[in-house]
Amino acid sequence: MKKILYLFLLPAFLNAQNTPDGADILRKVDKNMISKTSISTSQMVVHGRRGSRTITSKSYQKGEVNSFSEYLSPAREKGTKMLKLDDRLWIYSPSTDRTIQLSGHMLRQSVMGSDLSYEDMMEDRKLEEVYNAKVVGEDTIGGRKTWVLELSAKVDDATYEKRKEWIDKERYIPLKEELFAKSGELLKRVLLSDVEKIDGRWYPKKMNYKDMLKDGEGTDFIVDEITFDTDIPDYIFNKASLKQ
Amino acid sequence: MKLAFQLAYKNLMGAGLRTWLNVGILSFAFVIIIFYNGMIDGWNEQSKRDSIAWEYGYGELRNDKYNPLDPFTIQDAHGVLPKEKSKDLTPILIRQATIYPHGRMMPITIKGIDTGQKTLQLPTQKLELSNAEIPVLIGTRMAASANLKEGDKVLLRWRDKNGTFDATNITVAGIFDTNVPTVDNGQFWISIDKLWEMTELTGNATLFIANQNFTPLKLNGWNFKTQMNLLKDLNDIIAMKKISGSIMYLLLLSIALLAIFDTQVLSVFRRQREIGTYIALGMTRRQVVGLFTVEGSMYSILATIVGCIYGIPIFVFMTKTGIGMPSASQEMGIAVAERIFPVYGAGLIFGTMVLVVASATLVSFLPARKIAKMNPVDALKGKLQ
Repeated sequence: MKKILYLFLLPAFLNAQNTPDGADILRKVDKNMISKTSISTSQMVVHGRRGSRTITSKSYQKGEVNSFSEYLSPAREKGTKMLKLDDRLWIYSPSTDRTIQLSGHMLRQSVMGSDLSYEDMMEDRKLEEVYNAKVVGEDTIGGRKTWVLELSAKVDDATYEKRKEWIDKERYIPLKEELFAKSGELLKRVLLSDVEKIDGRWYPKKMNYKDMLKDGEGTDFIVDEITFDTDIPDYIFNKASLKQ
Repeated sequence: MKLAFQLAYKNLMGAGLRTWLNVGILSFAFVIIIFYNGMIDGWNEQSKRDSIAWEYGYGELRNDKYNPLDPFTIQDAHGVLPKEKSKDLTPILIRQATIYPHGRMMPITIKGIDTGQKTLQLPTQKLELSNAEIPVLIGTRMAASANLKEGDKVLLRWRDKNGTFDATNITVAGIFDTNVPTVDNGQFWISIDKLWEMTELTGNATLFIANQNFTPLKLNGWNFKTQMNLLKDLNDIIAMKKISGSIMYLLLLSIALLAIFDTQVLSVFRRQREIGTYIALGMTRRQVVGLFTVEGSMYSILATIVGCIYGIPIFVFMTKTGIGMPSASQEMGIAVAERIFPVYGAGLIFGTMVLVVASATLVSFLPARKIAKMNPVDALKGKLQ
């Protein structure tokens, strides 16, 4: 009788042994996704009702709080620059030669008609610092086996109270994210793909952001080139660099 | 003096068309001045009345950090006022949020208000009467821009006091129509109790609206703005409008006065024999100057009479029907009604009369001064001087 019981319990036991801790998974994900510095050239493909628009930009990021982006194309957006220092965001428009600090309503507006708002772009804390994670299952996305994690905020000031993450079992990269409001309403969905090994870390080169409350196909964010942990001079993260 | 008036009257009537042309243009200036100022005064009264009824009440007790012109301040500008201090005050909590009407994203301001308030004309009782889980009130402008109607549900996304997103459906319980766009454009009104619950900011308010019984107190962290302070912007706009409008009607008045001036110069030149005769008959030079001045100023008296004859019916008609304002002017952010009803006060009418008569008398007197220097014998001979 005991043998039979062991026979039944063994797979469950082995399964529990194989399921890593949620916090461990998050730590590994953060290690892949967050770097000290990064310099990237990327495209943002905004799918609208009348077709798609592609906006290319070059971005510099330092730590979790500072970033600087310059739009390279199309001609209408060329030269527009964006600087984020801590929780403040400035935009420089070459057509008016003016720098404005975004606040309130403006922060909640979409970036160049995309599904990303300016305040979405300001969210960049490590998952491990903000959430408690629990592995709730397994799934397959794009042929890759994933852990399904439920994240619940452990700090008061988390932007999203709950998240659901599909993490690649081997590469520790999220392949899908769902972001929820406190009420449980699904607010955003992010699909990540084209995972490549860059500078010794796995990184998804394509992300599709979808504001679930809005109509449309969402916005693709495609990284053409990215380098991690390269030195970036401090003057880049300065308001003066917006007008240069 | 009576003789001067009689002679002036006879001379004017004798001049025929020339007199009536001068009188016509002067009366037009007279009517335009009264009309324009009446319209501005009407707008002033209406916008003050509406702003007090819908927005300002009898003053605002604002959180020190709150600056309505700086959206950066909204996030942290709120505080709790002890219950005993908040007597005669209606609390309003302001937060920023986003709505998603028909799959579109629209940033809005959400304002929590005490639903039982009587200070403002906002129909907040509709929030109490609604059976919806989260009822909201919006103005006609907001309803038009978000394409919402009464009973519609729309998804609202907001952040709580810690910045965490929350989202749920809200129901439009009522749509109000107001002339004050600053309580309508981009705004949703909700029960303050509900907003406290949604944002976890229980007891907090960004500002309080005072009623007529409120006595201003010095409160730490709060700043009282009197009704006069709040109406200052409106008064400034109206004062500026009056000045810019005065350029137009002073130009018109100048043309009328120039016509009188020309007529006077011509009279003095052409009626030298008449001037000489007056002096020969025993009139002093001052009396003759007075006669010509009275003649000139009589244009203005006739102009006021003629202006009254056709102006009064127009003014009465305007005060009854009002003047339609273009719909674009109601989106400007200042209180403008769809129809403005002009106000013609006694001060405005008599002030304009004095302005027209005094200026016409002055321009009549200036050319008539030449008479004082005339040689009566040469004048009698009709010799050019």
